[in-house]
Amino acid sequence: MLLIPCPYCGEREETEFHHGGEAHIERPQDPDALSDAEWANYIFMRTNPKGLFHERWVHAAGCRRWFNMARNTATNAIIGTYKIGEKPPKGAR
Amino acid sequence: MVKPFLRQSPLAHLHLEARRPLGDGLPEAGIHVAERPHRSQIAVRGQATDPAFLQGIEKALGISLPTEACTASGKPGDLQVLWMGPDEWLVVGGPDNAALIISKLTTALVDLQVALVDVSESRTVIELSGKQARVVLDKGCSIDLHPRSFGPGQVVNTLLGRGHVLLHQTDHEPASGSSAYDIYVHRSYAEYLWSWIEDAAREYGLAMRS
Amino acid sequence: MSQINRLAHGGRIDRSKPLHFTFNGQAMRGYAGDTLASALIANGVRLVGRSFKYHRPRGIMAAGAEEANALVQLESGRRTLANQQATRIELYEGLSATSINCWPGPNFDLMAVNSWFHRLMPAGFYYKTFMWPAAAWKYYEHFIRRAAGLGVSPKLPDPDQYDQMNVHCDVLVVGGGAAGLAAALAAGRTGARVILADEQAELGGQLLGEQAEINGKPASHWLAAGESELAGLADVTVLKRTTVFGYYDHNFAGMLETRTAKLPNGGATTRQRLWHVRAKRVVIAAGALERPLIFSDNDRPGVMLAGAVRTYLNRYGVRAGSNAVVFTNNDDAYRTAIALKDAGVKGVCVIDTRLAPHGELPTQALQAGIAVIDNSTITGVTGKRRVQSVEVMTLNADASGVIGPARTFPCDLVATSGGWNPVIHLHSHAGGKATFDEARGLFIAADTLQASACIGAANGEFQLNDCLKDGFRAGRDAAAKAGFKKASRRKLPTAAVVDEAPARIIWALPTTKPIGQRGKHFLDLQHDVTVADVQLAAREGYRSVEHTKRYTTLGMATDQGKTGNIPGMAVLAQALGVANPGDVGTTTFRPPYTPVTLGAFAGRNVGPLADPVRMTPMHHWHELAGCKWEDVGQWKRPWYYPKDGESMADAVNRECLAARNAVALLDASTLGKIDIQGPDAAEFLNRIYTNAWSGLAIGRCRYGLMLKEDGMVFDDGVTTRLGENHFLMTTTTGNAAAVLGWLEEWLQTEWPELKVYCNSVTEAWATLTLCGPNARHLLAEFTDDMDLSADAFPFMSMQEGTVGDIPARVFRISFTGESSFEVNVPASYGLALWTQLFNAGEKYGLTPYGTEAMHVLRAEKGYIIVGQETDGTVIPQDLGMQWILSKKKDFLGRRSFARPDSARGDRKQLVGLLTGDPDMVLEEGAQIVAENRNNPPIPMIGHVTSSYYSANLGRSIALALVSSGRDRVGDTVYIPMPGKVISAEVTTPVFIDPQGERLHG
Ligand SMILES: [Zn+2]
Repeated sequence: MLLIPCPYCGEREETEFHHGGEAHIERPQDPDALSDAEWANYIFMRTNPKGLFHERWVHAAGCRRWFNMARNTATNAIIGTYKIGEKPPKGAR
Repeated sequence: MVKPFLRQSPLAHLHLEARRPLGDGLPEAGIHVAERPHRSQIAVRGQATDPAFLQGIEKALGISLPTEACTASGKPGDLQVLWMGPDEWLVVGGPDNAALIISKLTTALVDLQVALVDVSESRTVIELSGKQARVVLDKGCSIDLHPRSFGPGQVVNTLLGRGHVLLHQTDHEPASGSSAYDIYVHRSYAEYLWSWIEDAAREYGLAMRS
Repeated sequence: MSQINRLAHGGRIDRSKPLHFTFNGQAMRGYAGDTLASALIANGVRLVGRSFKYHRPRGIMAAGAEEANALVQLESGRRTLANQQATRIELYEGLSATSINCWPGPNFDLMAVNSWFHRLMPAGFYYKTFMWPAAAWKYYEHFIRRAAGLGVSPKLPDPDQYDQMNVHCDVLVVGGGAAGLAAALAAGRTGARVILADEQAELGGQLLGEQAEINGKPASHWLAAGESELAGLADVTVLKRTTVFGYYDHNFAGMLETRTAKLPNGGATTRQRLWHVRAKRVVIAAGALERPLIFSDNDRPGVMLAGAVRTYLNRYGVRAGSNAVVFTNNDDAYRTAIALKDAGVKGVCVIDTRLAPHGELPTQALQAGIAVIDNSTITGVTGKRRVQSVEVMTLNADASGVIGPARTFPCDLVATSGGWNPVIHLHSHAGGKATFDEARGLFIAADTLQASACIGAANGEFQLNDCLKDGFRAGRDAAAKAGFKKASRRKLPTAAVVDEAPARIIWALPTTKPIGQRGKHFLDLQHDVTVADVQLAAREGYRSVEHTKRYTTLGMATDQGKTGNIPGMAVLAQALGVANPGDVGTTTFRPPYTPVTLGAFAGRNVGPLADPVRMTPMHHWHELAGCKWEDVGQWKRPWYYPKDGESMADAVNRECLAARNAVALLDASTLGKIDIQGPDAAEFLNRIYTNAWSGLAIGRCRYGLMLKEDGMVFDDGVTTRLGENHFLMTTTTGNAAAVLGWLEEWLQTEWPELKVYCNSVTEAWATLTLCGPNARHLLAEFTDDMDLSADAFPFMSMQEGTVGDIPARVFRISFTGESSFEVNVPASYGLALWTQLFNAGEKYGLTPYGTEAMHVLRAEKGYIIVGQETDGTVIPQDLGMQWILSKKKDFLGRRSFARPDSARGDRKQLVGLLTGDPDMVLEEGAQIVAENRNNPPIPMIGHVTSSYYSANLGRSIALALVSSGRDRVGDTVYIPMPGKVISAEVTTPVFIDPQGERLHG
């Protein structure tokens, strides 16, 4: 079970959080400008890498804030967490 | 029509104050419990980076806004502000005081982009204290409550048992090892949480506090 | 039975405390401090069970967690536990245990016939035999279940309690042997928070079974002093009878503490406690497990691990035989030979695979008059239920075969040692790697992902003096890394260093014939996996140790191959021609290290605490009224309120009729309520909902539909504008948390520029829904500050005022199609108002109604329920709700309407169904076909989503999703059910008041 450093509350058990899928997927500004394939790509397709992964979490049972986390999916090592709108920490770009 | 005395807290029907202690044969109860119903609670949303917001709160309440995560300001039993999130606080006062607090806040925070919501009815408070209070919480809460990492004035939104609570430590006596907590619980979960506490505290002895 | 194998003195048992117990019904005695295994040996019990596949007789082979044979059924009835290792059961007064894996008993086992057919049961036997033909599985399964015969699960609820505890510490020390105790002392002295967990009833680990000395005195002195020092350190917790069974990411460990070692349970204490530990540093001092030598018929009762034999002598004062042979490839087993000799065991001799062993211990043995037969191996064992003798021959030059004459040694005990393996299981659980030490034939912990270290015997340090040094160093180091650097100037304890010569590793010991042709070389005693099985797997093409494990089931029994895995891996390497067994690798160890009772995982989350029951303010009124409950998420909602003698149908019909003809009251407090404030609140709703919100007047309500980005319906509800920048959103009961999460997700991650705050107020309000033509009359008695007339208070509007002198928000919204008033009052007044309404409501025919009536009433109007008419694949167009889709703005999910799948012409659409027989109520979920014929396959065109008997219509009604359903209105469709086919006419989904006159009235 992960020990997740909420950027607001500090380290808390994974049970307090919900996973929110891959981070840094922006909603297209003009959805109608996208082809069906591009739109499907936005909704459904994710990278699912082995290794460094940027993902969203929400501290559901805590401060209710969404944030991003850089995690190594092979080792579960957390490189860092960072607030929405911030850049990933050094070593996680 | 509906008389004020008919107002009923979520645990009122259990008549906790009339119960005999649990834990036969134990010299003293390790846990004391009481419901502290009907506290005034106002959810306050705003930007902690805005000096006008901070000043407005202080002006309206006479206490400062806790901007450090997981802390509380004010005095237990009196007006308090509990940190809920980076833009969210819970102002807590005695019973039937919410309208007055909201009106003071509204006046002081006029023209600011804030939200004030009366949520007094959403939660009740279970006060848990005693030498074994921390151990009972450890049975269902993953927060490190050891005095080295948690103490009076700290407050966390977390899970206790299978329910969500707002846990506020109000006291700690190093000499006796006794601690006191206010557990804010949503009213629909209150009876579950009471059952959970009663079960977890049984082995340490449980007494009601009036 | 008397304790024929109990020594007159010695051991850590308490001879002043005799205990009575039974094994397979036979009365026996032991002492406090015994395990069931030591007491059984004391009583001369040899045969404790039968093996899993061949049902061969088996005896106790170890003294700890590595025991593979001595599994018992402990106690009977409610408290029974299956597959318990006799070596880990502390003896208590009245204990009762029986053998497993044998029927009717271990001495006469009908299933032993399996061993005659062993040629038919090779590696992969189950896969090869029972996978084909598939239809025959039902016959095979019966046979396998009966033949496998592992312990019996209790049929009744467990009467004992289990609980859980969450703790945090700076240093978790796993194992209280020499190294672990040293580490705990060193860490504890710095002031760090330390937890020391040990699986046994006493601290000491392997020391308990040895005659070791520390600082020139018996090791027990140092153990006692250490334990007492730890007890005096405020922030050190010592947990005995506590197994760290799993080690997980970020230094999270699971521990199982047995709190009532003595069954049956007494008092308020829980039987076991599951600890969740989050440690800054973990020190793994889990010791080492001895591995057996793999020789022909090495499973016979009386063949035991040499270290275990020593432990039984030194710790429990029992000798495991009266005539012993020690068979070893290393020096350590000579300790056993010497101890056996000292205990008066006859004919003790040592068979050593090495040429001319010359170390300190062999020399001592020779001096004690113990015969040593070097460069030799056991080639056969006689005696099926008890070793009677062993045959010994000399190894040839490369140990691939044997030469010379065979000598026979009569004996009833073979103490065997193939060396010791560090217990790196926990290290491996948490992603740690291991490297193979070829010289010693063992795996050593290597890289780890955790803040942890393996020390002492768990790190391949087998000298006591090294274990002590390593322990103190590791304890200090762990504490320092956790931030506690206080130095200690105490002198470290020391132990004498014994010079030990290297072992000679021969993985599978030869006989006079090729392996497999004379006797069986068992690797995995519990699953009956032999060297021949692994060799066969290699010949059949298995290369990976992980695949071989699954194919042969090596190491997959409850002991997880603690003794057999490494020899098995080495045998595979040899069969594959791989020089270094480390290149084949080891299988990944997985939690739990030893089995954990499911009760401990459940903890106190059982019975009434299994899941929170959420209660509305009026909950106890409903209970007293005798309602039946419906679970909606964690909420309890009144389902219907049967009167005396009423069936469910009677009650629901009565409630439905009251709602349309008089007045009925629903507890709707569970609906989600979200307070939305901010200058961008309307714009936010425009994006979240499919329809437009900017123009909604203050005090007015609007129905909204929420979609996910894939265009599928996610939730619906009514939102009311309380002020220019202030809205109150309602959600479905089940989705309240999900919708708030959804709003926050978009606000925080995608649209942080919107100035909007969302707060849940679900619990703040009690919601009382008055429904029916008399609702207005009843409510009018309770308010004098609101005009309830249809003109002043139209449908889809809200007023604030007082109801029964309580401040209230009243909404004219309806989920039944009937004139309704949804009265919201502060939650703590909910029960009082509810009661007052009933006091006044009798004259209007006030009837409480539950969720079932609500569902019927809304279905009469064709109103959907999200999650019933929708299932995550339904778009608004399918529901005929194009009217709610704004064409002037973007909203979440809109773009997906143009996806080819959404634009398909044959999508399922919401329709009504009227059965030909008006009394026939369809089953929800029933499949619908277009043709009534009897030759499948018949294409399915849809399914029934809602179906009820409508008392108001005097007939059944149903809603369904049917392919191109709106084009089929007027058609007849068919619902095939067992034994019959039901016909129904497709209709529009509104059955009552299509013009909405009741609604607005
Ligand atoms: Zn947080």
